Amino acid sequence: MSTSVMNHDAHGHEHHDSGSTTLFGFWLYLMTDCLLFASVFATYAVLFMNTAGGPSGHDIFELDYVLIETFALLFSSITYGFAMIGAQRGNQRATLLWLAVTFVLGAVFIGMEVNEFSHLIHEGFGPQRSAFLTAFFSLVGMHGLHVTAGLIWMAVLMLEVKKRGLKPRTVTRVGCLSLFWHFLDVVWICVFTVVYLMGAVS
Amino acid sequence: MFGKLTLDALPLHVPIVMGTLAVVAVLGLALVIAITKYGKWGYLWREWITSVDHKRLGVMYIILAQVMMLRGFADAIMMRTQLAVATNGAEGYLPPEHYDQIFTAHGVIMIIFMAMPFMIGLMNIVLPLQIGARDVAFPFLNNLSFWLAVAGALLVNISLAVGEFAKTGWVAYPPLSGINYSPGSGVDYYIWALQISGIGTTLTGVNFIATVLKMRAPGMKLMQMPIFTWACTWANILIVASFPILTGALAMLTLDRYLGFHFFTNDLGGNAMMYINLFWAWGHPEVYILVLPAFGIFSEVISTFSGKRLFGYTSMVVASGAISILGFIVWLHHFFTMGSSADVNAFFGVTTMIIAVPTGVKLFNWLFTMYKGRVQFKPPVLWTLGFMVTFTIGGMTGVLLSVPGADYVLHNSLFLIAHFHNTILGGAVFGYMAGFAYWFPKAMGYKLDEKWGKRAFWFWQIGFYVAFMPLYVLGFLGMTRRMNHTDNPDWNMWLYIACAGAFIIGLGVVSQLIQLYVSYRDREKNRDVTGDPWNGHTLEWSTMSPPQFYNFAKDPVVSDIDAFTDMKEKGTAYQRPEKYEPIHMPCNTGAGFIMGMLLTVFGFAFVWHIWWLVVITLLGTIATFIKRCYDTDVDYYVQPDEIENIENAHLAAVQSTLKA
Amino acid sequence: MTDKKVSRVITGLLISGAALLSGCSGGVLDPKGQVGVDEKNLILIATGLMLLVVIPVIVMTLVFAWKYRASNSEAEYDPKWSHSGKIELVVWTIPIIIVVILGTITWATTHSLDPYQPLDHDSEPLQVEVVSLNWKWLFIYPEQNIATVNELVIPAHRQVAFKLTSESVMNSFFIPQLGSQIYTMAAMATRLHLIADEPGSYDGFSANYSGEGFSEMKFKTIAMADEQSFDDWVARVKEADAALTGSVYQQLTEPSEADPVAYYSSVKPGLFDDIVMKYMRHHGHTPLTDQGDMQPMPAMPAEHRHEMPAHDDAEFMHEAEE
Repeated sequence: MSTSVMNHDAHGHEHHDSGSTTLFGFWLYLMTDCLLFASVFATYAVLFMNTAGGPSGHDIFELDYVLIETFALLFSSITYGFAMIGAQRGNQRATLLWLAVTFVLGAVFIGMEVNEFSHLIHEGFGPQRSAFLTAFFSLVGMHGLHVTAGLIWMAVLMLEVKKRGLKPRTVTRVGCLSLFWHFLDVVWICVFTVVYLMGAVS
Repeated sequence: MFGKLTLDALPLHVPIVMGTLAVVAVLGLALVIAITKYGKWGYLWREWITSVDHKRLGVMYIILAQVMMLRGFADAIMMRTQLAVATNGAEGYLPPEHYDQIFTAHGVIMIIFMAMPFMIGLMNIVLPLQIGARDVAFPFLNNLSFWLAVAGALLVNISLAVGEFAKTGWVAYPPLSGINYSPGSGVDYYIWALQISGIGTTLTGVNFIATVLKMRAPGMKLMQMPIFTWACTWANILIVASFPILTGALAMLTLDRYLGFHFFTNDLGGNAMMYINLFWAWGHPEVYILVLPAFGIFSEVISTFSGKRLFGYTSMVVASGAISILGFIVWLHHFFTMGSSADVNAFFGVTTMIIAVPTGVKLFNWLFTMYKGRVQFKPPVLWTLGFMVTFTIGGMTGVLLSVPGADYVLHNSLFLIAHFHNTILGGAVFGYMAGFAYWFPKAMGYKLDEKWGKRAFWFWQIGFYVAFMPLYVLGFLGMTRRMNHTDNPDWNMWLYIACAGAFIIGLGVVSQLIQLYVSYRDREKNRDVTGDPWNGHTLEWSTMSPPQFYNFAKDPVVSDIDAFTDMKEKGTAYQRPEKYEPIHMPCNTGAGFIMGMLLTVFGFAFVWHIWWLVVITLLGTIATFIKRCYDTDVDYYVQPDEIENIENAHLAAVQSTLKA
Repeated sequence: MTDKKVSRVITGLLISGAALLSGCSGGVLDPKGQVGVDEKNLILIATGLMLLVVIPVIVMTLVFAWKYRASNSEAEYDPKWSHSGKIELVVWTIPIIIVVILGTITWATTHSLDPYQPLDHDSEPLQVEVVSLNWKWLFIYPEQNIATVNELVIPAHRQVAFKLTSESVMNSFFIPQLGSQIYTMAAMATRLHLIADEPGSYDGFSANYSGEGFSEMKFKTIAMADEQSFDDWVARVKEADAALTGSVYQQLTEPSEADPVAYYSSVKPGLFDDIVMKYMRHHGHTPLTDQGDMQPMPAMPAEHRHEMPAHDDAEFMHEAEE
């Protein structure tokens, strides 16, 4: 491969890595992630009854607390929506501002979750206590890990937007993270319903 | 500092392992010296290791598969000789401690590190060419997937030298694979080898689905895609739908082993059956991931070498789809004997045998492709015919096993071993062999030697029957799998025959190595000048051999399933366009290689609980990825004059051959 | 070439056929009990049905390949012929018919051969409790209050109702000549019903790999000619020195290989249920108690058809649909 000339965003008719393909590929990846969550959900459903003399969800869930967490995440989806609109309009400042708000809300969510976990572990209700707690920590924790990864990604993306502006490639990435963030929101709604609501009620 | 790793982890007291390691060390050293002597390090790095070209990645996948096949086959020979020696209560030469690692490694290697890379390698080389694309949707991701597969393979092989491999069987059922019953490093090697390579496979699935849906040549409708591409597409859908389940199951087993969680433990409410369900919810689709592309290869081969269109294209596509979907609702047949209710067992038994319908249809369609054709008995066709006979038998025994009442006495017996070798070897691997011979000239530029190819086939085919038919008998005689030694005199004869069969297959493997050597030696004589050595039907044959790095100077326009045959008939093949346009290409990158190597060390550090190294390699991997994402120097344009030179040379070669 | 292929296939069939016919050497095709006989017949019927398609397919493969070989210029050549509604109809219909027949047989036999169901036999079942240990088999006779290691003695002509569990890892309890096998798993009891219709000694073993000592994890099943000789044997075991107390059982749980046969004159009451409950009490929802103070749940039956797999199925189908 000899002669090579740099690409200057002159995306004409070419094949690979164009925006729509990237978004589609990322969406496919999210479907694999969805199945990963599905297998952990299935495991949770099998194990949640097995409290082994330890606490059940009813004993340890504080719905009010989790509700605040939930709203932080739900609002972060809305604010991300604003960031996305900003990016599509080429408004760098609005994009950065709304991404920052989203980041803060996401960080609040993670902070609250870490706090909840450390509380439980402190009380002796860590994941080693019973199969129920194993499944609970793993399912909620896996979602938390995803959100954390999303936050890191968001930080990196904000840097990119700030330094390079809203080039097509960057907007595509804002779009991918948008898909990811909303996906995590949907997963959280399932977690909230299946784990917390159903757990606290039963 | 080094976690659980001490000098005791080295197998200094096991002569067989030390001997193997010595041979590997000598060969490795010889390779390093040779590369240095000929000054090829730079070339290797620029043109191969960092390559994002799907064709080069495909070649590297196949090299990986063939190296691992040698390892897996050595395991097979050792097992068969052990069982032939350890009869009548004799201990044999492999104590359980060692033997149990060998059968686990054999299974893991043959499925994950031989069959999968072989399949993915062929798909890499062929699929983008067949749909008239310049590359896959995400070339860098493709390179990363490959290096993740290598990382997994490296971990399996490192386990030979440092520590041990799992002694659980390739399924690693808990509680046996849990920390209480497998405290050593073996299961951890197993976990990280599968986890890292499995994530690579998931990415491959995503990549190729996007490729097929987004990058087909103009005019190519979905129902005009070549049949191999279709088969791979179904396999990729299965990958995307099933590998995450494996990722999940392995992650849970990891948490159980490393952090004392209770997913699958006996105590505190764990449920080992959940692992078994998750494992097979991945494991059963996995066998269709292996075999569907092989079906695609047979379709291409039988149609090309019969000089005919494929019979029943639509049926074939529908049948593959049916197999894929049904493949997801049959996993419970792997454990009928777990005590599920009769309704549940019967349901899964019936869904399993329904798969025989689309599979049977495929066999008939291959038959009717030969019908009114001109069948040339070249090695790819021999593999195909061998497959049709062998796989039919394997299918029959498979349906028998899907009847719960029969499975109650055949489950886990050598009958089962014979069955799945009948289908995976006689089905999938024979397919890859056919595909290897069929597309070798396309990838390498010269044909494989036919004489040695035929010898290899006959050794394999005869060896297969001699090695595996006795296992059916042994299954009926009540011999169960994973035995280290036996003391039933009625079994001895069959064990001896099976062992002889393994050595006959060994002659086949040797023939293949000779074939590679002879073909390389005579490469000028066997050169494929036109790029279309078999009068092919599909677009890959319209390119040079090996293809131009940009695949197609101009996007081919497709209006028929057999796109290239159609062009040749209409006279539109090999036409020089009025002018060439610049072609946009991705740059090579070392990021995939670096991430793969970092993750190898990451897995190794995790196995030995070297936490600081885990943190460093993980952060390094993430940093490499982020850096790669920030890179702006990721693509370039090939200029028309360079394209014109390459294309002119090809067209001239074609013209002179056509005249002669 | 084709001749070789034909001869190879014939050889393969002959080998299998020889095994089918020999039958003299013990194993699945030499059953000595009703369950095994039914399963052998099922295997033969299913195989026969499938051969109706398999043999023609193999023959057609060889015949078509030979007839349409490239060197045979007399055969018809029609490179564009690739579709025939009639042929497609036939090739879809034939496998469907076979599968419908086989599916019906499968549905019926899976229910009639359900290992959990007592056999259709007018004998009162002998109760045997089976525990798989690393790497040996413990058989408890609750009605006789005796136990053995690595030897199972039963009367012929009387069905045996097994309740099975595992102390540690998963195994599969299998006596090929009597029929069905079933997994043994900790934290649950599986069930199996078998009968010996002929007196004799039959090999039994674990059919699921369970670790290092797995190959020696076997036992003889001795079917006594009549009840009297079985009772005599029970009386003999009752005279054994050792009794299976809690501490003796603890010793048995230590891993060991190729253990000799052992007899126990009495058994700690409820031992089998204790073994099952050791882990099963962690299943299901138990009220919150102080840590370490986990009493077995008296309300929970030790033997239940564990619903777990069925439960899992539902979950999984869900997932597959997603």
